[in-house]
Amino acid sequence: MNVATTLTGCDAPKTDTATRTVLRERGQREVFCGLTGIIWLHRKMQDAFFLVVGSRTCAHLLQSAAGVMIFAEPRFATAIMEERDLAGMVDAQDELDRVVQRLLDRRPDIKTLFLVGSCPSEVIKLDLAKAAERLGVQHMPKVRILNYSGSGIETTFTQGEDACLAALVPEMPAQDANAPKQLLMVGALPDIVEDQFLRLFSQLGIENVGILPARNARDLPAVGSNTRYILAQPFLSDTAMALEDRGATRIDALFPFGVEGTSDWLRAIGREFGVDTTQVEAVIAPGRERAKRAIEHSRAALEGKRISFLPDSQLEVPLARFLHTELGMEPIEVGTPYLHRSHCAGDLALLPEITRISEGQHVDNQLDRVRQDKPDLTVCGLGLANPLEAEGLTTKWAIELVFSPIHGFDQAGDLAELFARPMRRRDRLEV
Amino acid sequence: MQLSVWTYEGPPHVGAMRVATAMKGLHYVLHAPQGDTYADLLFTMIERRNHRPPVTYTTFEARDLGKDTAQLFQDAAMDAIERFNPEAIIVGASCTAELIQDDPGGLTEAMDLPCPAIPLELPSYQRKENWGAAETFYQIVRHLADSSVTPGPREDRKARANILGPTALGFRHRDDLIEVRKILEQLDVEVNLVAPLNARPSDIARIGNADFNIVLYPEIADEAARWLERTFKQPRVRSIPFGVSATRAFISEVAELVGADPTPALGDTNSRLPWWSRSVDSTYLTGKRVFIFGDATHAVAAARIARDELGFEVCGLGCYNREFARDVREAAKDHGVEPLITDDHLEVEEAIAKAAPEMVLGTQMERHIAKRLGLPCAVISSPVHVQDFPARHSPQMGFEGANVIFDTWVHPLVMGLEEHLLTMFREDFEFSDEAGASHHAAHSPKMAATPQTVPEEELPPEPEVSELDSPLWTSEAEKELKKIPFFVRGKAKRNTEAFAAEFGRGEINLDTLYDAKAHYAR
Repeated sequence: MNVATTLTGCDAPKTDTATRTVLRERGQREVFCGLTGIIWLHRKMQDAFFLVVGSRTCAHLLQSAAGVMIFAEPRFATAIMEERDLAGMVDAQDELDRVVQRLLDRRPDIKTLFLVGSCPSEVIKLDLAKAAERLGVQHMPKVRILNYSGSGIETTFTQGEDACLAALVPEMPAQDANAPKQLLMVGALPDIVEDQFLRLFSQLGIENVGILPARNARDLPAVGSNTRYILAQPFLSDTAMALEDRGATRIDALFPFGVEGTSDWLRAIGREFGVDTTQVEAVIAPGRERAKRAIEHSRAALEGKRISFLPDSQLEVPLARFLHTELGMEPIEVGTPYLHRSHCAGDLALLPEITRISEGQHVDNQLDRVRQDKPDLTVCGLGLANPLEAEGLTTKWAIELVFSPIHGFDQAGDLAELFARPMRRRDRLEV
Repeated sequence: MQLSVWTYEGPPHVGAMRVATAMKGLHYVLHAPQGDTYADLLFTMIERRNHRPPVTYTTFEARDLGKDTAQLFQDAAMDAIERFNPEAIIVGASCTAELIQDDPGGLTEAMDLPCPAIPLELPSYQRKENWGAAETFYQIVRHLADSSVTPGPREDRKARANILGPTALGFRHRDDLIEVRKILEQLDVEVNLVAPLNARPSDIARIGNADFNIVLYPEIADEAARWLERTFKQPRVRSIPFGVSATRAFISEVAELVGADPTPALGDTNSRLPWWSRSVDSTYLTGKRVFIFGDATHAVAAARIARDELGFEVCGLGCYNREFARDVREAAKDHGVEPLITDDHLEVEEAIAKAAPEMVLGTQMERHIAKRLGLPCAVISSPVHVQDFPARHSPQMGFEGANVIFDTWVHPLVMGLEEHLLTMFREDFEFSDEAGASHHAAHSPKMAATPQTVPEEELPPEPEVSELDSPLWTSEAEKELKKIPFFVRGKAKRNTEAFAAEFGRGEINLDTLYDAKAHYAR
């Protein structure tokens, strides 16, 4: 089934998602844990500090995954638990109080402090919710103290953001029952992309817009039964549930990648807010045209090429949809750590039926399939990319898809280029 | 609890991974949750390895905790053996698995595996990466060394050596090994075994076949070498060939041990450091103040080379690995400085700023600190960055290693003649004081213009010395200060202010400036 030419967002023919078979796997996973989200979350929320309560491994993970050196004092750190914390020689809660006090003394600019649970803190059942409450009493209103878990035993990579945002939802002020209808955009986006979307919302005539997470964690938008939220990221299932508990309703759409994803996403918002269709089309037309032109540059490298995704960020299904319907790529396997069937229903329905969808991971079995499939491009984590290149496969590091601005019309060309570049490079090199 | 924003060393199981990844035919079954696989990218990205590290992670989840994580471990171990068919496995726990106390060693013992399984006890909450590597290597040697293998009498055969210590992710281990092999060849010594790098478990079995051991990196191989000394009566070469003198000492020590003639090896005509250092252009290196920080072995060696072979002055010396702090304390005494033993990079930064060195020799973290302080820097030790794995041959050991060290340490500095030329032409209107040395843009002082797009790690550093914010300076003295070449201006300012504070000068005028200059003259 190729819908690339006839696609009109949600109206396009669909594979029945409910009956689609998904290969579920259990085994070694080659993915980051949820702590990794701190790397982009701390840059997004500029008044927030993330304190991981964990081990040396957690600290080492953060510095390795960030791949950058500390250029100033960053707004994250690890409280490394030591033997005496575990042996009960000191009360871990007292120790945490001491560390937090020291931190807040040194960084008076911190307005929100996240205590972030890790594998070891979860295993020893160190109660960070209790700690946050106790410390909150001491430090409110100057500093609000929240907690969530980014542990690998509970969260995979981007689920760390989900856990963090879900922890913010109860802090959002309650909306008046008769408040005007409000749009809430959910998911951390680079500021430049966020601003582009805000301009488009404004052109659509939607002025009452909230963003989660807000750039300042203290400026949380209100939420209530008049809130209509739209996800900008496909990995926010807990946040979505928490918002619905507060009365908000989800706007269903494709995720905003490429020409069609972004159009569908904006059209869905327009429909929900009763914006006239012609106005919606007029607003999105310039962006659509620019995006179409921009992705054309990569078409030659990508069209007709076969691609496999190894599970990483949960962005796999929407990105495969973009590459398939807009650039004519053939997805062989789309692996995702966790598949949210209803959030991803639209994107999933547009993937060819022969595409193998896999959830979870058994890395060795999956690599066997990759070797057998011999895709033209394999999207995978940093631990696997060079070994696969050495076997003759062309790869794209998945993490770049999380760290780069890829949403919306004006990033569509960049997004296509991220996939096209390794292919072009392979063709160019003569050594 | 210890608050940490950056660490010099990873957890001990990463040390075990460095050993396992260096070896062939060995597999590491690691009881660990999802996410601990991040460590794979250290090897595939920083070192550009073309294979996945030979590690199977059991990947337990929260929902497994109440159930049978032990079974999960056993299944993973069995799968790994079937799939990878290793000659031996090492088994252990990462920090989280240590807490659930499944005892991987005991579990594998109960499994009746077709290959040796070596249990590792690496206490994650007490120890760190280097210790983990050393302990792992020691356990592997202990378990696999065949005690019936001995070198036998020398008679007419060549002497045989084991070269111990090189691992994956080591600072220039690959290239050091080539240089040490060259030396041994010149001394007609046969290499029985190199380990862990590229050794198979079956190779380790015949470790006893060597007459003696060479320990290149005590941080990793000292523990094993001491056991071998006790068990196999294999003597250990004490010298580590960093720098010209130590290379000579190493050659002499090995030659004496095996009864060879050291002359050909000592007369290596490719040893250029001594003449490069004596050539008149190097005069300007005299007394350059260097701050040195790294692992103990590299730091101590660097201090010796800096002082004795380049004529620098060591103004600070330290290490991050406490296990070897004694060596650094001794060396620091010899150099007349306070040893800095810490794994807190903020403390190191403070010490560097206080010492006001003209150059920093350190790890990737000190390179970063130096960049921020506007100081030239060279990397001498792990932890390392992708750029510390050059494509070219770039050893630190042997005479060639000394050549490389000369170049690496001297190039970041302003060249001798250029230093004079800068001073001569400073007043010319064409001359931009801020241009710095022509050959090394990376270390020139900050320009007002900020680069347009900078990767995060290249973010513009903070201004190194703030403008003359101190009200103490008279305008005349300020003007005079600006006439001082930029590369010593920061130091002149700090020295003058320190002098003024110490001698209670209320304001800094021309006299104070020159009194301070005389005070600090060397």
